[in-house]
Amino acid sequence: MIQFTYKIKDPAGIHARPAGILVKLANGFKSTITVSKAGKSGDLKRIFSIMALGAKQGEQLDIHIEGEDENQAKEAILKCLQDNF
Amino acid sequence: MSKILTGIGICGDLVIAPLFYCEQEISLPTENITDINSELTRLNQTISLAKQELSDLYEKTLKQYGQEKASIFEVHQMMLDDPDFYESIKNFIENKENIFQAIQKTAHNFAKMLADTDDPYMQARVADIKDICKRLISILLGTKSNYMMEQPSIILAKDLTPSQVVTFDESKILGFALQEGSANSHASILAKANSITTVINLKEIDKNWNGKTAILNAHTGTLIIDPSPEQINQAKKDLEIIKNQKIALEKLKGTKTSTKDGKTIKLYANKNDIEDIDKALNQDPEGFSLFRTEFTYLKASAYPTEETLFNVYKETLIKAKGKEVVFRTLDIGADKTAPYFNLPKEENPALGLRAIRLCLTRQELFKTQLRAILRAGAFGNALIMFPMIISVKELDNTLTILNEVKQELKTQAISFKEDLQVGIMIETPAAALISEDLAPKVDFFSIGTNDLTQYTCALDRQNRELLPFLDTHHKAVLKLIEMTVQNAHKYNKWVGICGELASDMTLTETFLRFGVDELSVTPPNILPIRQKIQSLDLSK
Repeated sequence: MIQFTYKIKDPAGIHARPAGILVKLANGFKSTITVSKAGKSGDLKRIFSIMALGAKQGEQLDIHIEGEDENQAKEAILKCLQDNF
Repeated sequence: MSKILTGIGICGDLVIAPLFYCEQEISLPTENITDINSELTRLNQTISLAKQELSDLYEKTLKQYGQEKASIFEVHQMMLDDPDFYESIKNFIENKENIFQAIQKTAHNFAKMLADTDDPYMQARVADIKDICKRLISILLGTKSNYMMEQPSIILAKDLTPSQVVTFDESKILGFALQEGSANSHASILAKANSITTVINLKEIDKNWNGKTAILNAHTGTLIIDPSPEQINQAKKDLEIIKNQKIALEKLKGTKTSTKDGKTIKLYANKNDIEDIDKALNQDPEGFSLFRTEFTYLKASAYPTEETLFNVYKETLIKAKGKEVVFRTLDIGADKTAPYFNLPKEENPALGLRAIRLCLTRQELFKTQLRAILRAGAFGNALIMFPMIISVKELDNTLTILNEVKQELKTQAISFKEDLQVGIMIETPAAALISEDLAPKVDFFSIGTNDLTQYTCALDRQNRELLPFLDTHHKAVLKLIEMTVQNAHKYNKWVGICGELASDMTLTETFLRFGVDELSVTPPNILPIRQKIQSLDLSK
């Protein structure tokens, strides 16, 4: 299992459109990908669960990835977060 | 072959555009099902059709407007793909709910989940959930719903409810052609506020006209379906004449609203919503009256928070650029409500638990709004106005609550505007008749002529069967107005008129002679009324 954190820099937080990009990306991997924020957690492959996190600028996300392609998944997701959020 | 229908022109000018037929709000089946499997099959088919539609829409939007605008349709597809969303609908169906109930309940739960995040942007995404559910339901019913209107069109409908009107993309509405409706219906009021060309009382519209070209002329009150080239040419000429008249009015911008003998009147714009304010400013009003605060509530899916309201009011005041803005507190009742209010159906909603009565009954709701208005007041020139007051006791109770809220804010050291002017609507004969007792307690009155007429004449303004009995210049109403102005002036309080009569140019002189201090009119009427007032000489 891989674990990493990411602090949101985008003043807009995780919004519907970029959340869509993230969900689309996550669905390309076999691993289970979970995102948590302050006790709430969501499945990165499910758009509603990401939207319901309501993650905002300055907040920290904890990402857990588990599965055969976890290394590739981590790399891609971290890059996507850095590019969009 | 062209066809001409005649009705009553309400506002706007002339428009040549395709028709878009809008179904009436259909009541969906509520009974439970027995065959779960066939309902689930229906669900799967519907979802896959919806995804196909969205994918087409995505491609089309991508080509026309680019990735930015198109991506929302991709997000909608993901929402339909979300296993949590699907499972929720499926669970309801497995519990024998029919597919419509299952979709609506799921939409409600998911909307609530987003509304519960403390992020206003996510809260606004509730609209996306509503949108995908509407898409599913319209596929099931085989109807195209409003949101699917792709090109700017004239809306063709039997009648429109206020909630239907707000579901349209405003920038695509070129006109309303309605079979029913009345000049005072909500659809007409909104149309006027936005200068949308509107003709009502068109007999026997046909849904097969959907997509056909039409000429809608509010000046003649006609709708021509499938016009001939000659008719189109004539319409273009008429449009030219209308444009020239407009140029003459443009020249009045920046001039004073005074009569020839020097009586100056405040000419304010009626304003429904924050989005109207820029358009209204363009018509050069001297202030904004009647900010209908209920629109924020009607558009929401749960009670707006104090912060949400505060931000709307603050932004409104900033946009108003220092001009006065009159915030009318919540005016909601059984006929104009949002589902989350859970208001019981009433036999007689016009005489029911509405406006200030609702606020005095649900004081927490009222206090939240008052706090938001008072706090926002620090950012501009705000006035506050209470609707439907009918007694001194009610007014006293309302003012007590206002003072309690001010006290609370002081204790909490939250900044707000302490001395904002407080007024009330005079919209019942009761209030007009005791206006002498009410005047000392407030800073101003605003006479709401629509309700005053309805309550004085006991005549439902939404019922078109009653049109022959409606006398909009009824002497009883005019007498009540005159009396109210006299009573206010005894205490040096100012009086405004809002509602349809304020824009009625045949009454402008009468109102000025009564001594009315302010007229609150729809933005497109500001310059014509200014022109009218400048032509009057009250000394003669």
